[in-house]
Amino acid sequence: MKKLMSGNEAIARGAYEAGVTVAAAYPGTPSTEILEHMVEYKDHIYSEWAPNEKVACEVAIGASIAGSRSLSAMKHVGVNVAADPIFTYSYLGVNGGFVLVTADDPSMHSSQNEQDNRYYAKFAKMALIEPSDSQESKDFLLEAYKISEEFDIPVLYRVTTRVCHSKSLVELGERVEVGFKPYVKRLDKFVATPANAKIARGKLENKLKALEAYSNTSPLNKAEYNENTNIGIITASVSYLYAKEVFGDKASYLKLGFTYPLPMDLIRDFASKFETVYVIEELEPFMEEQIKAAGIKCIGKEMIPNMYELNPDILAQALLGTTTESKTVDTNVVPRPPVLCAGCPHRGFFYTMSKKKNTVIAGDIGCYTLGAMEPLGALDSVICMGAGISAAMGMAKSFEVTGRDTKVFGVVGDSTFFHSGITGAIDVVYNKGKMIPVVLDNSITGMTGHQENPGTGKTLMGEDTLALDPVDVLKAVGYKTVAVVDPCDLKAMNEVVDAAMNATESYAIVTKRPCVLIKNLPPFKTKCIVETEKCKTSYIDQSMCVGCDVCMQVCKFDAIVKVGEQ
Amino acid sequence: MGDVKNILLVGVGGQGIILVSKMLMAGLMKAGYDVKMSEVHGMAQRGGSVTTQVRFGEKVYSSIIGKGQADILVSFEKMEAARWIEYLKPEGKVVVNNFEIPSMPIATGKAEYPQNVIAALEKEFATTTLDATQAAIEIGNIRTQNIVLFGALVKALGLNEIDWIEILRENLPAKMVDINIKAFQKGMEL
Ligand code: SF4
Repeated sequence: MKKLMSGNEAIARGAYEAGVTVAAAYPGTPSTEILEHMVEYKDHIYSEWAPNEKVACEVAIGASIAGSRSLSAMKHVGVNVAADPIFTYSYLGVNGGFVLVTADDPSMHSSQNEQDNRYYAKFAKMALIEPSDSQESKDFLLEAYKISEEFDIPVLYRVTTRVCHSKSLVELGERVEVGFKPYVKRLDKFVATPANAKIARGKLENKLKALEAYSNTSPLNKAEYNENTNIGIITASVSYLYAKEVFGDKASYLKLGFTYPLPMDLIRDFASKFETVYVIEELEPFMEEQIKAAGIKCIGKEMIPNMYELNPDILAQALLGTTTESKTVDTNVVPRPPVLCAGCPHRGFFYTMSKKKNTVIAGDIGCYTLGAMEPLGALDSVICMGAGISAAMGMAKSFEVTGRDTKVFGVVGDSTFFHSGITGAIDVVYNKGKMIPVVLDNSITGMTGHQENPGTGKTLMGEDTLALDPVDVLKAVGYKTVAVVDPCDLKAMNEVVDAAMNATESYAIVTKRPCVLIKNLPPFKTKCIVETEKCKTSYIDQSMCVGCDVCMQVCKFDAIVKVGEQ
Repeated sequence: MGDVKNILLVGVGGQGIILVSKMLMAGLMKAGYDVKMSEVHGMAQRGGSVTTQVRFGEKVYSSIIGKGQADILVSFEKMEAARWIEYLKPEGKVVVNNFEIPSMPIATGKAEYPQNVIAALEKEFATTTLDATQAAIEIGNIRTQNIVLFGALVKALGLNEIDWIEILRENLPAKMVDINIKAFQKGMEL
């Protein structure tokens, strides 16, 4: 049977067919839908949203040690969070097969950087597999588990935004019932003491040698020869599809699906047949550097950009010098940056902060990153998950020791608080930081499209569970005052911020109001309108208004009224 | 790129573009085409610029296109048509909804909504302008505007051999089917 699937959906299907029984992830674009689709197989696979990527990865590693085929999925920057366990698990090797899916985001469609995570395979010494479309995303995963178990090694499964979010037809298969590997206590294998690690280190080098030999014969690596061609193209992932689009049958291809260790014999043999050899890969010269180091002549990043995603157009221009004709039209196009939704609870907080002088606000990753956008402009920094609180701590210490009296706030969302905000919050009370952590609790993981988290009272698999309250956590770690406030009540919000700025003891703020896009919330019955006699310049789009009435509180002329049943 | 046809759908988050692309693909698949679609989404918020690309033909490799390659650009919002116009082939067609959604710089008075979009489009490209939003309001639900545009897209592409009504039935909740069939037919007429 054939089905139209996104790459993410196909990975979930692949996990099912490969006999996976445990999957764990933390949501992050473009990886989120992998686990969302995993739930479709809940009769066979246990899946969970972990509080962060490191926990997700460790859960999957534990399951692998216990004998399950397991999978962990995350966005590229999530692998930075999860890096600690993987560098050691590659030394130890697996029991049940273990695959870590990294979803990279070339061009930063929804990310803070575009790091090329293929280097993690080389760095942590894992096998690397790169599918190029939905069919391969499913099929290659079955091979990934075989490799993981046969070579006793974790597999890094690297996809990109265009693989994850493109849809194409997939031929489905049956689930292979692999069951589980028996669990046998093995102190020498799974306990990473220095003595064991030293031995494992040597073994790992041998595994990589065996993997290189496999790579040369792997069904995932295929040469496609076309007649009378003098261009040979070595490529992987979506770049293969773009190359085919541009060169068609006027070139021959070495299409690599297993990309670390690289099949150097295969590459050498392929390259020897052509006058010109191109290495076409998105982002960094990961393959090219290794191929050149092996003494094989090829052309890559001399001509192809190492920044942003590729497309057929960019390739044609870079390698053939051809440009596709296109036209613009003569009008002024105004940018359309993403904005906080109408009625977003975060607005009330950021509006309040935008009026406060002599403050610095460290932000974090989530919808509330948009608090930085004009006209709010109420953030000073955004780095990575969790840094909202801890970077603010550093700023506060810097201001303190250098005698400046700027007040520092650190902002995280509920999901981000559970992800890695908690440790920062502990640092603040422990080391007596003079900063104010603010948890914007909107009862959901907003930006990635509404996933459950430890605060929502539901698991990924739809079961009811304990709903952790950031207020309780902050109190438990020692905050003297934890103020709870409705951010859309501007007066109360303002009072709380003032109280926080004047506090002499540890003070944290938790704003509470659900994201307006959460389904199944009771609908707002009232809307706001502008009375046209009082104001001629403003209007409220009734299809967008959710009746939060923040505008009423802001308007100095009482020109806005509520309509509808109260 | 042989006989592969490229469709670019653009608009503003919340206008129902993803659903139209999904149904478009379903129809094309039924008709036996190889189909690929790419969408860029991430942020859950409403209000950003949204695009999806649908490619169909005998055999499709890449799911994305570059500048000057779309056969048709369907824009759910006026200014968005101008933003993405470079992706259209010089001889390509534009179907544009004559509807303005001000972006943040416009709403805050930092910039003005461009006045001459339709004229500028018409000067360079074969352009069909419709009031899909108005038509949807007349039909009784503003949210069917995407289906009005869907009808117009199908007409512009000449994909009449596919049973689109069936596709609507299969992809929409039962109680929304009738009104959306009306919207679709309206789009075919406009
Ligand atoms: S999705 Fe929710 S949290 Fe995100 S901007 Fe919209 S209302 Fe705010």
